Amino acid sequence: MANIAKRQTRSDIATAEPVRTVNYSPRVDVLETADELVLYADLPGVRPEDLDIRFENGELTIHGKVAPRGPAEGFVLREYGVGDFYRTFTISEDIDADKITAELKQGVLVLHMPKREAVKPKRITVKAE
Amino acid sequence: MPRTRWEPFAELWREMENFRREMDRLFERWGFEPYGWSELGLGYPAVNIWEDESNVYAEAELPGMNLDDLEIYVTGRNQLSIKGERKAPQPEKGQWLRQERPFGVFHRIITLPVDVDADKVEARLQNGVLTITMPKCAECRPKKIPVRAE
Repeated sequence: MANIAKRQTRSDIATAEPVRTVNYSPRVDVLETADELVLYADLPGVRPEDLDIRFENGELTIHGKVAPRGPAEGFVLREYGVGDFYRTFTISEDIDADKITAELKQGVLVLHMPKREAVKPKRITVKAE
Repeated sequence: MPRTRWEPFAELWREMENFRREMDRLFERWGFEPYGWSELGLGYPAVNIWEDESNVYAEAELPGMNLDDLEIYVTGRNQLSIKGERKAPQPEKGQWLRQERPFGVFHRIITLPVDVDADKVEARLQNGVLTITMPKCAECRPKKIPVRAE
């Protein structure tokens, strides 16, 4: 009896080990306008509550947690792996961190990063006499 | 075939080699060639397929798409066809600093391991992940053989 109990405990420990450590780098598009940088990222399978975006000292970090899908093994065809998305960017522009907005729809993140007033190009009006 | 506008080539070659090996293995097992190699040998979207006793499941990552933009059907009992167009954002102003995401028209035909009931195929698109559930045809399901004990 005691032996069985022990074995069960051991198997519990085994299942509690981290299952996946693979991170995938999401594909992104970055658009620059006079007022802001807009980043589009493909994050299929990421729910808004599982997305962590950080901006610190000019470094942007995107981490999307993805719950495992499909069987653990025994695929008939396996062309891609499922795992978390992780990527960091160094942003050289001066970004107003408080005004960054993010929207995640159907697995696509749209991140607006407004430039600080000081770095926006200023138009100088030239007066003609 | 949507073009991928940015690719680190070393990565791409490694992926292609892995993919080719994987496919060769499948050809060997099933003895068929699903379709000729396209430009890059990589179909879009990438598809994962698995099965249980009663269903075959196909899954593809299609971020930013709606079910209305997709045409999914099964022909010849075992040919799964996924067709659609992923439209690129068209900003009015600004310039692209980076463009890595693939866009365009795509069409993939995949041969399934068993025949399925084409009328009962269900597709679901959630957070940019497409899942297709295809019930196996009645005669294709594994039969349980009762074992009698004397």
